[in-house]
Amino acid sequence: MKLRKVTAVSATVFALALTATACGGDKNDDGGSSGGSKKITIGIKFDQPGLGQKTPNGYSGFDVDIATYVAKKLGYDENQIEWKESKSADRETMLQRGDVEFIAATYSITPQREEKVDFAGPYLLAHQDVLVRADDDSIKSPEDLNSKNLCSVTGSTSAQNVKNDLAPKANLQKYPTYSACLNGLQNGAIDALTTDDSILAGYASQSQFKGKFKLAGFKMTNENYGIGVKKGSDLKAKINEALEAMVADGSWQKAVDANFGPANYKNEPAPKVGDVKS
Amino acid sequence: MFDFLQDYDLLGAFWTTVQLTVLSAVGSLIWGTMLAAMRVGPVPLMRGFGTAYVNIVRNIPLTVIILFTSLGLNQTLNITMGAKDFETINFRLAVLGLILYTAAFVCEALRSGINTVPVGQAEAARAIGLSFSQVLRLVVLPQAFRSSVVPLANVLIALTKNTTVAAAIGVAEAALVMKEMIENEAQLLLIAGVIAFGFVVLTLPTGLILGWVGKKVAVKR
Amino acid sequence: MSSVLYDAQGPRAKRRNILFNVLFLVALAAVLWWVFSALDEKGQLDWVKWEPFFTGTEAWTTYIWPGLQNTLLAAALSVVIALPLGAVLGIARLSDHAWVRVPVGVVVEFFRSIPVLVLMIFGLALFSEYSNVSSDDRPLYAVVTGLVLYNASVLAEIVRAGILALPKGQAEGAMAIGLRKGQVMRLILLPQAVTTMLPAIVSQLVVIVKDTALGGAVLTFSELLSAANTMSSYYGANTIASFTVVAAIFIAINFALTSFASWLERRLRRAKKSSGAVLKADDSQIAGAAGTGTGGSI
Repeated sequence: MKLRKVTAVSATVFALALTATACGGDKNDDGGSSGGSKKITIGIKFDQPGLGQKTPNGYSGFDVDIATYVAKKLGYDENQIEWKESKSADRETMLQRGDVEFIAATYSITPQREEKVDFAGPYLLAHQDVLVRADDDSIKSPEDLNSKNLCSVTGSTSAQNVKNDLAPKANLQKYPTYSACLNGLQNGAIDALTTDDSILAGYASQSQFKGKFKLAGFKMTNENYGIGVKKGSDLKAKINEALEAMVADGSWQKAVDANFGPANYKNEPAPKVGDVKS
Repeated sequence: MFDFLQDYDLLGAFWTTVQLTVLSAVGSLIWGTMLAAMRVGPVPLMRGFGTAYVNIVRNIPLTVIILFTSLGLNQTLNITMGAKDFETINFRLAVLGLILYTAAFVCEALRSGINTVPVGQAEAARAIGLSFSQVLRLVVLPQAFRSSVVPLANVLIALTKNTTVAAAIGVAEAALVMKEMIENEAQLLLIAGVIAFGFVVLTLPTGLILGWVGKKVAVKR
Repeated sequence: MSSVLYDAQGPRAKRRNILFNVLFLVALAAVLWWVFSALDEKGQLDWVKWEPFFTGTEAWTTYIWPGLQNTLLAAALSVVIALPLGAVLGIARLSDHAWVRVPVGVVVEFFRSIPVLVLMIFGLALFSEYSNVSSDDRPLYAVVTGLVLYNASVLAEIVRAGILALPKGQAEGAMAIGLRKGQVMRLILLPQAVTTMLPAIVSQLVVIVKDTALGGAVLTFSELLSAANTMSSYYGANTIASFTVVAAIFIAINFALTSFASWLERRLRRAKKSSGAVLKADDSQIAGAAGTGTGGSI
């Protein structure tokens, strides 16, 4: 009987304590968005090695280097940058709402997107391509993807492009992440992974995959990577200036070498600002 | 106002939800009953396996289990579930994942049903010389099933809702179509209302009918 | 351990038992061996895939710990909001006034019959269109909203069942000594009901912790499961290894919670007189009564 009382009391106290904390339980929004005068928030990818990847030593990749350089030209030091993950589907919304100042996250310039946001650049010309196992010689043209297991990520248009135009009989698998596709490619469950060659090169150059995968080199589309800013923002002109300066002083090439060099990725020369290849 | 609904295969999506539910329900009832039998049976190793299975599986998020069926079973162990194209494979893998997960709860619901069977029933059955499997099959389980209709109905309702997790491996059921619709259309509240209505239609009658059945078949003591 | 379901074993039954044990062991070992050899053949057991988790703390501090923090934060917030809300709803559903009882009943049944994932997707869209919650917090808000709406309704049912399970005499006696309705609930019914409900409530916590993973898989909430995704892209697509580690963490957390729940239950059961002969009395009756499935909610 005594025990029961004790339990009941402690339970009531427990419940009360929870009720009490509930009042202050709502996470107060201490404004992560604009962060005062001396911070700049930039959207990048967190899970694309070679372009934008969260690593134990901070963030690394080509997009990150571009963004860092641009931020410096805008007057922000490296330690004044706040990186934010911007998944593909969220990018327009994040810009429109002002969650980030600009986005450098494998962001291809397209007419549909230009209706919602403005683009500076382009700063890189990539192409849709496929990644295959290094010892697989059966895929020589996009048409060879028919009857092959093709992988891409959910919400990506690249796989649908291939299926609609080039290889209608391709067996399409969609995973939430590229890693899952790569794992399948390594296992043999997937024959080809399709997306931008720059992204593929980043994965292929990881030390764990040395010599295991190769790019097929199909150049199926042109992907003009731009830096997304809010519609009508005056940042566009400033970022364009910064990008021109980056190419002129050789930093652009340095960033390319540092990030794509190990991948043996034959990138296109630096595109002229405003020169969007369709 | 409802025009945009024609662009989406909403009925097809809910039909997929129903298929996922029915197939997984049958599978998990069978596997769950086997697990329950193992857990109350005389073979120590099976008892241990049953206990371990239930304790591990019910503590893992269903999402992880579903992803495992795709990444582990399909990719690595080459289990294709007798299908060739990924759409069918993913659907069948989702059913398998739902069975593996739900069976743990079916097992627990049945075990609680077994607990409600009076000791005298089993003792009398043994006294007339029935073996363990006969005691279970002829005396205990029939009564246990009758008294676990309501907990089992709750598992079934939970299963219906859990089929939405199949969206994680791209099975085009109701939740995935809802996500697609929200990304492309502006009528958020309408979309949410339609999907919610669909699930209410699926789950509410299940609860009511099985609740009534449960009362009807309950062993009066 | 003896059971009433089978006789004490004689020599023949013992022999048969050993045979079954061996056969089952062989079958189990065969399956395990098949799995391991397949994993090994596909290079999934390569040290390079597992190394990040065992050498150094990088993987833990960069990916897993921040993810786990978000998982626990979302779960804790949901519990803290859902528990009092559920209690209020549960009590309101027992109200004498139909205008309170009926609408609350409809709300509870409605949210119980809709998948949490649908609630979360809806929450995310709602917050991004009609509120100025920053994009950092939006997924968290959406996950918590979904979990609160669903679990508050489930907890409401647990509370209601817990109160209904009390002997009628308790409320009648309390009213007989002149307590008002609020007092009866506050002083007599709730303290007793909370005791019996506690195991079921703790089991519901397991559901909340598990369901946070939905936010990682389908929304963009950076919890443990999505941390596994970021992590596996850095460590060379070690998806299977990453997911295994994440699953192990979930099992550890939830196993601790379920063990706590059954410990509580045993303790409470010992304090009470057993109400009748049952075959094996180690299952929660209250969870069954609450309609959330027994032995852990789903």
